[in-house]
Amino acid sequence: MSSRVEASGRDAILASLRRNAPPASPLPEAPAAIVYDDPEKQFAETFTSVGGRFVCVASLADIDAKLEKLEPYTQARKVASLIPGVGRTIAGVGRTNVDLAALKDPHELEGLDFAIIAGEFGVAENGAVWVAGSALGPQRAIFVVTQHLALVVPADQIVHNMHQAYDRIRFERPGFGLFISGPSKTADIEQALVIGAHGARSCALFLVG
Amino acid sequence: MIGHAEKAAPFAANEPRAHWHDQALWFVRLKRDRQAESIPEWEALREAAAAIKAHTLSRIADYLEEFERNAHANGIQVHWARDAAEHNAIVHRILADRGITRLVKSKSMLTEECHLNPYLEARGIEVTDTDLGERIVQLRHEPPSHIVLPAIHLKKEDIGELFHKELGTAKDASDPKYLTEAARAHLRQKFMAAQAGLTGVNFAIAETGGFVVCTNEGNADMGTSLPPVHIACMGFEKIVPRAKDLGVFLRLLARSATGQPVTTYTTHFHGPMRGGELHVVIVDNGRSAILGQETFRRSLSCIRCGACMNTCPVFRRSGGYSYGYIVPGPIGSLLAPLRDPSQFASLPFASSLCGSCSDVCPVRIDLHHELYAFRQKLVENKTVPLFKRMAMAVMTYVLARTWAYSLAGRLMRWTMPRLPRALVYGPWNPWGRQRELPPMPRQSFRDLMKHDLNNEEPK
Amino acid sequence: MPKVGLFIPCYVDQFYPQVGLATLRVLRSLGVEVEFPEEQTCCGQPMANSGCGEYARPLAEKFLKIFGKYDQVVAPSGSCVSMVRNHYAQWLEGWPNFDHLRTNTFELCEYLVDVVRVAKVEGDFPGKVGLHMSCHGLRELRLARSSELMVKPFNKVRFLLSQLQGIELVDLTRPDECCGFGGTFAVNEEAVSCLMGRDRIADHEKSGAEIITGFDASCLMHLEGLIRREKKQLRVMHVAEILERARLS
Repeated sequence: MSSRVEASGRDAILASLRRNAPPASPLPEAPAAIVYDDPEKQFAETFTSVGGRFVCVASLADIDAKLEKLEPYTQARKVASLIPGVGRTIAGVGRTNVDLAALKDPHELEGLDFAIIAGEFGVAENGAVWVAGSALGPQRAIFVVTQHLALVVPADQIVHNMHQAYDRIRFERPGFGLFISGPSKTADIEQALVIGAHGARSCALFLVG
Repeated sequence: MIGHAEKAAPFAANEPRAHWHDQALWFVRLKRDRQAESIPEWEALREAAAAIKAHTLSRIADYLEEFERNAHANGIQVHWARDAAEHNAIVHRILADRGITRLVKSKSMLTEECHLNPYLEARGIEVTDTDLGERIVQLRHEPPSHIVLPAIHLKKEDIGELFHKELGTAKDASDPKYLTEAARAHLRQKFMAAQAGLTGVNFAIAETGGFVVCTNEGNADMGTSLPPVHIACMGFEKIVPRAKDLGVFLRLLARSATGQPVTTYTTHFHGPMRGGELHVVIVDNGRSAILGQETFRRSLSCIRCGACMNTCPVFRRSGGYSYGYIVPGPIGSLLAPLRDPSQFASLPFASSLCGSCSDVCPVRIDLHHELYAFRQKLVENKTVPLFKRMAMAVMTYVLARTWAYSLAGRLMRWTMPRLPRALVYGPWNPWGRQRELPPMPRQSFRDLMKHDLNNEEPK
Repeated sequence: MPKVGLFIPCYVDQFYPQVGLATLRVLRSLGVEVEFPEEQTCCGQPMANSGCGEYARPLAEKFLKIFGKYDQVVAPSGSCVSMVRNHYAQWLEGWPNFDHLRTNTFELCEYLVDVVRVAKVEGDFPGKVGLHMSCHGLRELRLARSSELMVKPFNKVRFLLSQLQGIELVDLTRPDECCGFGGTFAVNEEAVSCLMGRDRIADHEKSGAEIITGFDASCLMHLEGLIRREKKQLRVMHVAEILERARLS
């Protein structure tokens, strides 16, 4: 279709919308929303209830030891980490063995078993973690192609609800960002919940601090 | 014209299957209730959502222009399609111009409405639906039966058999985990080989020129982060004014749809991938005409959550296919006849008007009131069969005249008990197929009151 | 002393006169000055429900002519009252007395609770009773909180019935699912209508109900029709019939 046709399509649609416009009505603000006595606890509970694995650590340096307790990590042959200092075992046999910067194409991510990514903040009401595009490195597909995922979130960055979440998000424009809440899943076969659909089969979250 | 009732009857007649379907969806309704209960401000959220949509629709042209400006600034190409034909042509041109023949798609009811798949396939483009439920029905060459749970009408054995045939899974295997694993591997190949990804749009943000896609499976993310070309199709009504408005809708959407606090992935696209392209196709296809109809414009607020289907006692016992339209259930019973009143004239009557749908709708569409109003529209436009209208005319003639009503009632109550049962419960009596008629007392209430008026104690 | 017009739906008049009598007795026992204007026939719901609004119009006009002069109008039916309160405006907006009629037409239970302000219901009614919350009364008149809405629970019908000695109001699996009557729906979509009705009955049975009660005789007519066809042991009674055995104050 030529751009001329499209331009006239655009004009026709906008004209039709103005012609048919309903009477004006005000744009409301969101109602006062739930806040929790213990947002961290609420977040942990909700994140776990959606199939995620929740782990508290005192500092970034403690994560590696906890990772070694996770079967998806210990079984992983290809590991990538977008967080400096995380994913390198003390035993000296460096776990992270995928150089993300060297990948020329997201398809080369295929085969990645375990990815460690930074989350900016968590939302207590639904166990969601905001991951900005810039935290995904050069190949943003990493979070969905990886077989298993670990998110690292600072403990003092848990908001109560989605309204607070949108108050603090600054979209990178142009850019990309998403909420991740646990591992991928489906219930499309007779409503039986299966964890691990097309994205990560498991999702661990390390709350730091 | 075969309408809902004719298609629903065999579905309902298979009672075990109908009960199974009914239970499965009722379960989702219960999950929705549990989530809604956990949010003290739930009703206030619904109110806010309804108001945001009403406001947006009142200034939608402005918001769409704002969206386009901001989207352009993000490097997104924005296209406009007046109808399904233009939509399909636009999508095809984007693909054909780039020599693309392998497309992966995540859920988009709009593209179903436009019949995009067959259009592209006829032009040599392989289209793979990647939502598991959609892939299942695609392989079966049938449409989805529910907008959120596309394969809800199928048992795991049906899917096992399908996958055995199409994906080479073990014969007689029906474990959902096993089958999902097979689908994962099969679709991963498709994702890897895809040259473009097409998604729907859950919400488009005027203020920032971006849009949001929600999935549990990650199929929309996979399909748009591997191939360099992403096409997102949206009805214009998907627009919201500000990013903060997403807070209201995202708190309502998954809770209403599947009884989850949120979907696993809530992805915000504000520009193409590095080295890639991002296209948004804004579609009208009859929506602006609905906008102009005061009685029915609120149906444009729909966020396609499917809660109305899950709660509808008729949908649960008749299945999505009984509606004959890509969006079934209560909202579909409005959207379909709004698009084609004569083809879908039976749908507004496929409801007992119980109102449960209106009470679960996250954007407070007055669904059952609109269904009632649509019935009048169909009659005014003579889309309801003549004999039905005549029957009503006769009833009104009688009921408008007290003497005629009294006489008719008396005749009925006198005659019916004296007729042979086979005659009373003949094929002319649809009430009597599975039910006894009500009692035919000797005296009506007004007969008894005659005693009362004469100061005698009524019997 | 307000003068109350007794509105008896056409199918109650013809098929369930005892429900009309029970309603009359309950109101009279509370000292309500009730009159039954015998000119009345039907509220026009079957026509309106079928989309034949223009055929409902003359019945709406007739209704206003008959009932417009009363201070209050009471009916043992949620759906007929909803017709008057929520749908008559389409034909009667602006007509003299209509506004008064619209705001003073009540279903029986809400009339007892909200207007007469019945506080006590005394008497015996031993037995397991399943309460069917008919949809129009529930979601149009808000006689109770519907299970979909996240608001404080309340139930005006339950308030009245639960006070009876010995009554056991059973807990249903689905407390307010539609029975499938739906007016002309019962005939147009007979298969689904009956399946819905049978499912409601099964729920009551499983919950141990011996009697199914409700405030809308139309739903009860449909359920009773199914019960009698299957020769089940359940009894069906309108709430008026239960309340007429009690002492209300």
